[in-house]
Amino acid sequence: MLKITQPEYDAIRHHGEETYPYECCGVLLGSLDGETRNVTKTVRCGNTRSDSPHNRYHIAPQELVRVQRQAREAGLEIVGFYHSHPDHPPRWSQTDLAEAHWIGCSYVITSIESGQARITNSFELAGETEENKHFADEAVNVVAETAAIANESTG
Amino acid sequence: MKIYIPTPLRQYASKQDAVDVHASTVGDALSKLTSTHPDLKRHLYTDDGKLRAFVNLYLNDEDVRYLSDKENTSVKEGDHLSIIPSIAGGTEQVLLHRITRSGSPGSAAVAVDGASWPDHPIHERN
Repeated sequence: MLKITQPEYDAIRHHGEETYPYECCGVLLGSLDGETRNVTKTVRCGNTRSDSPHNRYHIAPQELVRVQRQAREAGLEIVGFYHSHPDHPPRWSQTDLAEAHWIGCSYVITSIESGQARITNSFELAGETEENKHFADEAVNVVAETAAIANESTG
Repeated sequence: MKIYIPTPLRQYASKQDAVDVHASTVGDALSKLTSTHPDLKRHLYTDDGKLRAFVNLYLNDEDVRYLSDKENTSVKEGDHLSIIPSIAGGTEQVLLHRITRSGSPGSAAVAVDGASWPDHPIHERN
């Protein structure tokens, strides 16, 4: 399951609206609690696919190195990624699967319909290896604030 | 030097987010990492021993691919090596558009766009 605070949930949907008709992308930071990925912070990233930004995204690895460092310093982990599908269903594509390599992380997709964020879905990249990886639907639990996640995790 | 392990690979590195190794080059560091944690090997390398294409290596803030000596680049105490799998993806919108216009069976769209979604995009294009 993906648990995310309302402000961060809103932020990734707004990001998709801002970059429409191009895809947005970013990183989900938080903590792992068993099978639950708790997201308490999101980081916007640039989409380097300037050749085809309406239907492709790519985050520069150097930006990921920076985000990973920031996460470490804040005591957080990379628990997933998000991107948008402008005028396209909020479902993973074969391209999404082929290019997903962070097994055990969440991949959040928001459909942006004529500039408005519609549906936000999350998929866990399940499996153990590149050969048997697959996306599994996962529930998205939006909670009011970070404290709610912290309280539930500890008790 | 320190090697930072990305979230999905930590389970193969005794759940550590970073591993300290004494090494002379980037390649030597990776070799020492995978000899200490052999389960990492198949996730980082193909069967013929090549680094998987989606695995990025950054020595401090430099992409190892673009260093003149690549994996033979010397390292020193205090250096950081980050292992970063790539992040990319996207839709098959152009192809779907063509399929819709040509009137081909919707099952082709399912194959493109994931098994559990209906056989058409949210917006049918005219």
